[in-house]
Amino acid sequence: MEVFIQQLINGLSVGSIYALIALGYTMVYGIIRLINFAHGDVFMVGAYIGFYATTSLGLGFIPALLLAMVLSAVLGVTIERIAYKPLRNHPRIAALITAIGVSLFLEYGGMLIVSPKVRTFPAVFSDTKYHIGGIVFKFGDVAMIITAVVLMVVLQFIVHYTKTGKAMRAVSFDYQAAMLMGINVNNTISATFAIGSALAGAAGILIGVYYNSIDPLMGIIPGMKAFVAAVLGGIGIIPGAMVGGLFLGLVEAFVSWAGYSTWRDAVTFAILIIVLIVKPSGLFGKNIREKV
Amino acid sequence: MRNILTSKNILITAILLAFFAATQFAISQAILPPFFTLNLMLICIYIILSVSLNLINGFTGQFSIGHAGFMSVGAYFSAIITVKLAPKIAPLIPLADPKPVLLLIGLILGAIIAGLTGFLIGLPTLRLKGDYLAIATLGFGEIVRIVFLNSDYLGRASGLIVPKSASWPWFFFIMVISVIIIKNFVTSTHGRACISIRENEIAAEAMGINTTRYKVMAFSIGALFAGLAGGLYANYMFIIQPMTFGFLKSFDILVMVVLGGMGSITGSIVGAIMMTFISAALADYPQWRLVITAVLLVVMMLFRPQGLLGNKELSLNFLGKKGGRNGAA
Amino acid sequence: MELLKTEKLSKVFGGLKAVADFEIYLNQGELVGLIGPNGAGKTTVFNLLTGVYEPSEGVILFEGKNVAGLKPYQVTQRGMARTFQNIRLFSDLSVKDNVKIAYHQHTSYGVASAIFRLPGFYRGEKEFEDKAQELLKIFKLDDKRDEIAKNLPYGEQRRLEIARAMAAQPKLLLLDEPAAGMNPQETHELMEMISWIRKEFNLTILLIEHDMSLVMGVCERIYVLDYGTIIADGAPAEIKANPKVIEAYLGEEVH
Repeated sequence: MEVFIQQLINGLSVGSIYALIALGYTMVYGIIRLINFAHGDVFMVGAYIGFYATTSLGLGFIPALLLAMVLSAVLGVTIERIAYKPLRNHPRIAALITAIGVSLFLEYGGMLIVSPKVRTFPAVFSDTKYHIGGIVFKFGDVAMIITAVVLMVVLQFIVHYTKTGKAMRAVSFDYQAAMLMGINVNNTISATFAIGSALAGAAGILIGVYYNSIDPLMGIIPGMKAFVAAVLGGIGIIPGAMVGGLFLGLVEAFVSWAGYSTWRDAVTFAILIIVLIVKPSGLFGKNIREKV
Repeated sequence: MRNILTSKNILITAILLAFFAATQFAISQAILPPFFTLNLMLICIYIILSVSLNLINGFTGQFSIGHAGFMSVGAYFSAIITVKLAPKIAPLIPLADPKPVLLLIGLILGAIIAGLTGFLIGLPTLRLKGDYLAIATLGFGEIVRIVFLNSDYLGRASGLIVPKSASWPWFFFIMVISVIIIKNFVTSTHGRACISIRENEIAAEAMGINTTRYKVMAFSIGALFAGLAGGLYANYMFIIQPMTFGFLKSFDILVMVVLGGMGSITGSIVGAIMMTFISAALADYPQWRLVITAVLLVVMMLFRPQGLLGNKELSLNFLGKKGGRNGAA
Repeated sequence: MELLKTEKLSKVFGGLKAVADFEIYLNQGELVGLIGPNGAGKTTVFNLLTGVYEPSEGVILFEGKNVAGLKPYQVTQRGMARTFQNIRLFSDLSVKDNVKIAYHQHTSYGVASAIFRLPGFYRGEKEFEDKAQELLKIFKLDDKRDEIAKNLPYGEQRRLEIARAMAAQPKLLLLDEPAAGMNPQETHELMEMISWIRKEFNLTILLIEHDMSLVMGVCERIYVLDYGTIIADGAPAEIKANPKVIEAYLGEEVH
């Protein structure tokens, strides 16, 4: 029983990371129907910013987190303006191909800049472990889950109670109508990228701190998994990304526990394919028909 | 027969044969440095890969980014024949040197199984559109790779060592035959059916085209030739490992297709040659190769998304017969 | 036996009944119109007839056999072809190729013939070329046969859509607002062409249109659709005078 709860905790902590990254995917897809392949790499950049913030700048966790979030947001908006905005009226495939290019540029450009060497984070979290029953809660687990939850709550607030959030929802519902209603669509799209990237950056520094190591290619697998989480929950639907992320984290924990960790990634892709074939709109999604 | 023996075709055949004779001579007499020879082989493989991917992406408009998965199927299954099962099969071949026959069987098997894999994956997946299809193909490419990664029989992460049995004639002629077959398909009514799907799937369906059938057909044929290329690769490159056939390989092939022009066969050939040259030039700086390729791709999509040739073909117009835009027989 | 007959045809989207209890019939050789205010469900009816949508209820009898639930390409192969309200040409292909594609279902050779360039390929391609040329001549597009479809002027694009649908060799032709965006001169020429192809090819035609001069001018019978149901049917003169029809188009009469 205790092992079960332990796996649950593991699953939820990893899952909350996937959820944070998935939110960025889902919001961007919701607003401009683009799968931002480069999103996982923003996560990686966030981790590196956190690394430099805690080592070279000697900042504490919270300041480093905020710095990582802000700079990741800037990166996200920059990518959007340079690579995606010019292609907005082109076939979607063009933007998708470009996104793949940007992603690889960040990964291998990153390798050139910071070297492929794996870096270790300083111990930012205390080593405290809490024992309840026979279960071990690391301080890190708690911090990660709490930070993720706080950020998601803030996001929900922004989306439902601010003008920007309303604009975001309007643009993702009907681009043209939103423009006609006087909403600055360009800024709204940039805001979406900023928020999504900030969350990814937060996830990056959380992972870096938790697992203690970062490398330029660390965004690839979590990025893909977060994408699967977003699709599973219903791409474009924010609560869906949260649920999808947590669900995927739990699935992973239990697959590893069952002894099949080398098949973990394959299981994630299998879930993706099953969702796409059985219910592409995901758990919370609705079917949208093409007008003939 | 009169239709095939056009002056254009005769000239092209003559040029190809002359090129082959020259290169075969140079290689057999060891005039060419080994690095050069290696790249000639690679160009042939990448031409097959990019033309076959173009059939799926460029001509039929189905965005597939897991092509390396089919290549790996061909590679591994051909290696099963030429390495794993060779001791059992070789004695059955009544020739002094059974290797060429083994290779032929391996290549054919690899291609067929890759084609079959394409068919099985295509059936459920090709009802998806655009981004979703791309992600599904990416997913399948990864799943295939992970399956090979977990196979003890196939060497897991270390892969298989495959003695070199494919030589220049194999590469060159298989490449030429592959291009001809795909070109003949594309310039026929079946090719037009595929192109109509790219242009406007709903209209194609309304005009009596069984779009599912043709999407799966294009996908399977593309996969088959990717498997063939994989087989050639396996039997020359000494070792095959799952990590060679990951997303980066699919990405490389995609760049060749986009660079050359989606919807142009000669474009894919040009793209394959150019990218192989660029990789060869950057061989001493591997960490730069991907960055430069990625930047090249982004710049192209922003400034010339139709690639170098768009959907036109390089044609020998001066011979009188009209070449030109794809879609015409 | 009627060429086309629908019984209790309905289509429900989520909570919305787009088409309800739709019943029409067409006899061989007739030219029938389907009119109604915007959003009445006319294109939805076409989509149901051609297999783009599966009916929620009801039966579509084409030559006596139920074609409801068939895929669009199967419906076309049975003998029903359509044009689209928003032109759906193969924009980057030539005029000639647009037409050749519609011939594919009737004039084909195997993949092996194509790959190995067997005689069947050359014979087949010649047939494609000849048939396309013939058809384009009829539609006065043969001098533009190598032109890329998207470069044609609007009126010719609409004509090409109809030519392409004819290449499918249909018994029943469904035209979705063929005169949309045309000026009176072009509309008149279109009217003449529609009458002509109907006689020449012994065609049955079901026509959706907004342009009343076209509808009243060529249609023998008219069905009027509003909110997914038929509110009137009959000869043009009857329809013009029908108060329910007037109300549907203009709103309630003010006394």
